[in-house]
Amino acid sequence: MLEKVEKLSAQQVTTSTLIKKAKKRKEILTIVGFIAPALIVYGVYVVYSIFMTFYYSMFDWSGIDKNLVFLGLDNYIKLFQDDIFWKSLGNNSLLVITSLLTQIPLGLIMALLLFSPIRGMRFFRSIYFMPFLMSTVAIGILFIFIYDGNFGLLNGLLGAIGLESLQQAWIGNEQTAIWAVIATVCWQFAPFYMILFRAAIVGIPEELYEAADIDGAKKWQRFKNITLPLLMPIIITSSILSIIGSLKYFDLIYVMTGGGPNNSTELMATYMYRQTFTNFNMGYGSTISFSMFMIALGVTVVILLGDKRRRGEE
Amino acid sequence: MIKRISQMPLYLLSILLLLFTGLPFFIMVNTSFKQQFEFMSSPWSLPENFSFANYALVFESSFLKYFTNSLILAVVSVVLTIVLAAMASYPLSRMKFKLNRPIFLLFTVGMMIPIHTTLIPIYILTSKIGLYDSLAGLIGPYVAFALPVSVIIFTQFMKDIPKELEESAKIDGCGHFRLFWRIIFPLLTPAVATVAIYNFIQIWNEFIFALVLTNSSETATLPLGLREFYGEFSVNVPGIMAALTLGSLPLLLVYFVAQEKIVKGLAAGSVKG
Repeated sequence: MLEKVEKLSAQQVTTSTLIKKAKKRKEILTIVGFIAPALIVYGVYVVYSIFMTFYYSMFDWSGIDKNLVFLGLDNYIKLFQDDIFWKSLGNNSLLVITSLLTQIPLGLIMALLLFSPIRGMRFFRSIYFMPFLMSTVAIGILFIFIYDGNFGLLNGLLGAIGLESLQQAWIGNEQTAIWAVIATVCWQFAPFYMILFRAAIVGIPEELYEAADIDGAKKWQRFKNITLPLLMPIIITSSILSIIGSLKYFDLIYVMTGGGPNNSTELMATYMYRQTFTNFNMGYGSTISFSMFMIALGVTVVILLGDKRRRGEE
Repeated sequence: MIKRISQMPLYLLSILLLLFTGLPFFIMVNTSFKQQFEFMSSPWSLPENFSFANYALVFESSFLKYFTNSLILAVVSVVLTIVLAAMASYPLSRMKFKLNRPIFLLFTVGMMIPIHTTLIPIYILTSKIGLYDSLAGLIGPYVAFALPVSVIIFTQFMKDIPKELEESAKIDGCGHFRLFWRIIFPLLTPAVATVAIYNFIQIWNEFIFALVLTNSSETATLPLGLREFYGEFSVNVPGIMAALTLGSLPLLLVYFVAQEKIVKGLAAGSVKG
């Protein structure tokens, strides 16, 4: 085989540039042939769509007729003065913060528990993970009944521990609706982070803990000095996933409250959906959705730059 | 004995979390076996006699139709995603060319793009090419949004396959195309499993595209169907719970059969993203 390679390379040196060019062309064709199918599908549905969203965002258009009125950037000015949009952006920010503060710690605690010396861990793990496999629509409907004012599980539990005064229709109330929904999002996604953390903990070399044991380290010290630092990269990845996910969140809110009552649970995505497909303001809907894209892009760039700087400092 | 006592807080915490994650499921399944009047009089008790009437009711409706729609969509989209993503990843991971890095970046950016930003143009495009309210119209968007994570997983995996493999194949006069399908693709099995599992779960539960791009019960997927039940059954809570249980069952069953694989697939799919 080696001989063959040598022969071939010797031949290649003597080949004229013409043949080389033909070869080059053939290689380009090969590359195009392999990448083009995926790139076309992706290009049409994702890349082209983003440009078109920006294009539509400059028009007043119902989406049903052909009557497009060019407005320039007027829709964006309208957006800046739209209280409901600010309310929804506020709710998205609240979701980002609460998701970071609840889902990731809870996921970490669950993952750590899976490595503690408890019997029947396999069973625990199976149950812990189940929420993530359920479809969001099913979760939404299930939790509508859990939060129900009359026969809901939550009110039943509160009654059982003597807190009847707290009983209420959780998602019918403007003050509690957003928290009820956020708690459901946490219920759905904490198991997902548990899986990510568990995979990372499995990857920590056992010798590190053995060495720590020899040094007489306490459990808390083991966690603080070995587990946590080694989990930092995955905690950061999870945080990015959580932030981006919270910014584009839609399904559960749409199913549970539709953004109500009185816009108290409105998110950018639910507001965009309502403007576009209920009120038939496709132009303005495009403005909202393009702004969502810019916000997600901006946040991603900031995180990536921050991460780069952090890595540079290390 | 002392050890047992010191583990008490651990058990307590574990059981508390078990209730937190599991209780909603228990209530759902428990209620689904009750009769309407029984639920009204005592919503918390165990069912006095297990009744499958609610399940019969769900099966009498279009449940199987929704189920089949979701299954067809998920299988076709996942297979297409695997073929397209694996092919694109081949030159991206193993060949040098000018546009390699930019094209790879273009795919990875897709991870952060909100689906809503593409929703209106995709809705208009789908209507224009006559695929509105058809299962076929959903495949394009599903594949497109599954590509980023799949390309990332495949390129990572292919980088570790030794280059000598294809060099020797080339000398034997094997073209890139045959080389890829005959030699490289069979080696990708673990990555294919990861991509398939990750995307199957996502597409099986997908909601917003199905909501916007279809509107008849002929084309409704399972998530849309569950909303239908919710509207139709209105006060029949046990009936709705039976529908929810049935709708959640397939993925849960698959999970209990192939737990390790799914857990690994999910972890790999997201970490590398």
